[in-house]
Parts: sequence; structure tokens; C-alpha cells
Amino acid sequence: MKELKTEAITENLHTVLEFIDRQLELIGCPMKPQMQIEIAAEEIFVNIAHYAYAPGTGEATIRVELYRDPSGVEITFIDRGVPYDPLAKPAPDVTLSAKERQIGGLGIFMVKKSMDKVRYEYLDGCNVLTIKKGW
Amino acid sequence: MTIESKKDAGKLTLTITGRLDTVAAPKLEETLKESYDGVTELVFDLAKLEYISSAGLRVLLSAQKTMNKQGSMKVINVGEEIMEIFEITGFTDILNIG
Repeated sequence: MKELKTEAITENLHTVLEFIDRQLELIGCPMKPQMQIEIAAEEIFVNIAHYAYAPGTGEATIRVELYRDPSGVEITFIDRGVPYDPLAKPAPDVTLSAKERQIGGLGIFMVKKSMDKVRYEYLDGCNVLTIKKGW
Repeated sequence: MTIESKKDAGKLTLTITGRLDTVAAPKLEETLKESYDGVTELVFDLAKLEYISSAGLRVLLSAQKTMNKQGSMKVINVGEEIMEIFEITGFTDILNIG
């Protein structure tokens, strides 16, 4: 298991994604799941950066656990911000036209759609969001 | 991400290279805001787009909404991976993909 602790600000997004990418490369993650994992990680980290500690900032911890046979990854995002379950948000209606579509709500929807498992827990004063993806 | 902009009368073509993520999206939004004036045909060339997150999708949706009022918008040269993201999010029905 590898862990990264970083200030939850959007300026650190690339640091977080590079950290995850380096782990994925170790087990030869194919391009498609890699992009899906990156997108999911971006949505979750940016959510923490925007909302968890607003209007201040705070720390986020990202843990990456790799699996072999079958190959996969489990990534956990932890923050000590306000309790917030992003999975409780209703999914956007993706059948609406551009005019009717609202800007927003897409991020977590993409996470749910592309990951095998997404789990939220509030543990010991922490938001813990775990995503799992196999290939 | 880099944006290459080409204007030919009312037609504006933006070629986006690299990653359209949370960090890059505001730059594209800015470019669009500065360029909308007098544009009746907006074309996004995504041949060199490697990655798009919801922040990037939001910019495309907002561009589509603007262009619905003043002309038309088209997205061309969409790669396989990006197309899959458009499909999951229902953007294949929103955008005019050529």
C-alpha cells in the first residue's frame, strides 16, 4: 500500500494523479481503465479541494492498493472536512438536451459509472471514499 | 493543454491538445468567452485531446448552450477513449459529433 498526504487544493491535482499513475504503471494498467481511474480520482480529489474544508483548506490522504490475479486497484480518499456523502447525490438525467441539462453533478456520476465499486464511510471524524477498479 | 485557434469569418476552430481537466478547463472557458463575439460556427477539433474530466465536459456543454443561441457547434475527430466518455455521460446526444 502506498500513501500520499497532500493539501487538498486543485493546484495539487497533478501531483495526486501522477502519484496514482506511477502505481498503476507498476502493474501495467491498460490505457482505458487508467483514464477512467484518473477521471474518478480527479472528481473525488477536486470535490475535497472545493468543499471539504471550505472556506479554508486542509489535508487529503490518498491510499493506493494494487492487486494481481486478477489485476486491479483500490484507491481510498480521506479528509477530515465536513461530513459529506457524494454518493447520496441524485444522478443527473443524461437523456436531457443541452438546453435542459444542468452544468454539474456529472463528476460523481462518471465515478459511479466507470468504477466497479464506490463506497463512502464516515469514520472517526473522516470522510472515507473508496473506489475499486479491476481489469 | 494547449489551444490552437483559427478564425475564418464567422467560423472558429479550436484544436485542443493534451488534457482538459479541472486545472485546464478555466483556460478554455476564458478563450471561449473572449472569442464568442461574431462566431456563428464553432468547431472543436479533438484529435489531439488525450483526457477529459467533468470539468472539461462542463465547458463543452456551456459552449453548446451559447452556440445554440448564436449559431452552431460541432465536435470533430473524437478519439475512441474520449468518445466512450461522451457516451457514458450522454454527451453523444447533446453534441453534434462529426
